[in-house]
Amino acid sequence: MVDVTLSQVAATDTRSWFRRNQIAITPWLFLAPGLLFFLFYVIFPIFQSFNISLYEWDGLGQPEYIGLRNYEDLYWEFADRDAFFVSLTNNVLWLFLYLLAIPAGLFIALFLNQTVTGIRLYKSLFFFPFVISQVVVGLVFTWFYDPTFGLLNTMIGWVGLGPINVLGDERFVTYGIIAAGLWPQTAYCMILYLTGLNAVDPEQIEAGRLDGARGWRMLWYIIVPQLAPATFIAFVVTIIGALRSFDFIAVMTQGGPFGSSRVLAFYMFEVALSEYGFRMGYGAAIAVVLFLIMLCFIAYFLWSMYRDEKAGR
Amino acid sequence: MFPTPIQQRPRPLQLTYQGLLPFALALWLAPLIAVAVFSIKPDSDFTTGNYWGWPTTFEGFTNYGRVFFDSDMPRYMLNSVLITVPTVIGAVALSAMTGFALGIYRFRSNLWVFFMFVAGNFVPFQILMVPVRELTLDMGLYNTKTGLVLFHIAFQTGFCTLFMRNFIRALPFALIEAARVEGVAEWRIFWFVVMPLMKPAVAALSVLIFTFIWNDYFWAVVLTQGVESQPVTAGITSFNAQFRAAYHLMSAGSIVAALPPVVMFFLMQKHFIAGLTLGATKG
Repeated sequence: MVDVTLSQVAATDTRSWFRRNQIAITPWLFLAPGLLFFLFYVIFPIFQSFNISLYEWDGLGQPEYIGLRNYEDLYWEFADRDAFFVSLTNNVLWLFLYLLAIPAGLFIALFLNQTVTGIRLYKSLFFFPFVISQVVVGLVFTWFYDPTFGLLNTMIGWVGLGPINVLGDERFVTYGIIAAGLWPQTAYCMILYLTGLNAVDPEQIEAGRLDGARGWRMLWYIIVPQLAPATFIAFVVTIIGALRSFDFIAVMTQGGPFGSSRVLAFYMFEVALSEYGFRMGYGAAIAVVLFLIMLCFIAYFLWSMYRDEKAGR
Repeated sequence: MFPTPIQQRPRPLQLTYQGLLPFALALWLAPLIAVAVFSIKPDSDFTTGNYWGWPTTFEGFTNYGRVFFDSDMPRYMLNSVLITVPTVIGAVALSAMTGFALGIYRFRSNLWVFFMFVAGNFVPFQILMVPVRELTLDMGLYNTKTGLVLFHIAFQTGFCTLFMRNFIRALPFALIEAARVEGVAEWRIFWFVVMPLMKPAVAALSVLIFTFIWNDYFWAVVLTQGVESQPVTAGITSFNAQFRAAYHLMSAGSIVAALPPVVMFFLMQKHFIAGLTLGATKG
């Protein structure tokens, strides 16, 4: 054994440069394709967007440098409670209401965390909405809300309430779209919690039972703390999902009625790429605002991951 | 187990639970069930106002037949396949390598490169939209499936790297050390030692990315237009314009468009859920 290692050490000098530095070089060779692709398509465009947001540009002609004027315009839109203000407040609404998916998902997971016959099929069917594309979910809910024949109005008709045009009413429209979004999101949180519940330590539950903890107290003091990793992921995914809400709005209302259901993600698209004119610079400025909001959360997520990494060693 | 297993509860409660399950499920899936029923109804049911009643005749074959033979739907479906499959292969291949590099080797910028992938994966699409669209136009790939595929591969590499790296981290490192002691070249370690152990991760990522890309709508409308390159998520809007107010056909079309990821999910359920819930439990 000793002989082998000694002979290897002796052989080091005769190996080629690559052989000697293999451990240091290999990771970069493996990283190169993915990293270059990612830098090219994701990281650099972020900085380009920052740059474009300082220009007035229709996407075709010569961009004109206008400094921070786009942001100034956004400020005035905000101050005048115009489209930008509406989008921003809707984004806040999305952020908070979308988080309801977490307790709702936990509730369904608790309901389904049993071992009766056929429960696996029930679990998959409850998860179903998450697999379907948001475009289709949006369409389905558009029909669900339809004032003339929609299932919702048929159902509230049974209890004698008049038809509500959810998607045509400025007061309800954003809530209606969020409810549609919550459907798949809740399914996702449910599956996270079902996995989490599987890993809950049965001894702690027994110990809790012996100490007289039951029902809500058991849930809050013994189960929920153990579900922390699942809750973290649910939180990350739900926040990202809320800020990325584009598909539902594009499919269900196109931002209407009168722009009242816009969010930043949709407003940006509208400004930059729709019939309202190709205002790339202005769109980029909106995207930058959305990015900065997201950046607060990204920083928090990365910080949590960094803490775990350090603790893990 | 929490909550208390229902088998340890009184008999009436057990029966209530068993009865409640299908009811809750029907309520939860009501919008989908409605669409499924819509899609087998005859046209006349809608004109006579029979929206929620039983279909007067079963027209499933006619409706789905029209979706397949009377519209651009098959073309859109084909586009979706041609966009999704290369993306899955590309993203999984690239991220197996980046994940290997970040999971096995210790070098100074390791964690920073890793965090760059993770952070990039979280950014809003809109911040990338204008530059990526320009880039695609400049390369002459606007309104091509290739343009869409290239971007998707790059973007999904972020999430896949996170996944692969964490998976590789959990593998027993002693295996790699043993191989190194034997003098196995690093790329052979990747191919013959690590890759075979990664099969579950590859399977899980493949189904996840398949679903994500199949369901993508934003990039489909930003980077493509028209039937020759648009995937089915974007195509369904033109489909609905073609069959405006023909709810039975629109329903059938939606179901067809939504089906492939659903089939994928039911076939590969174990991997799918393992992928989605990676990190939901510790230890």
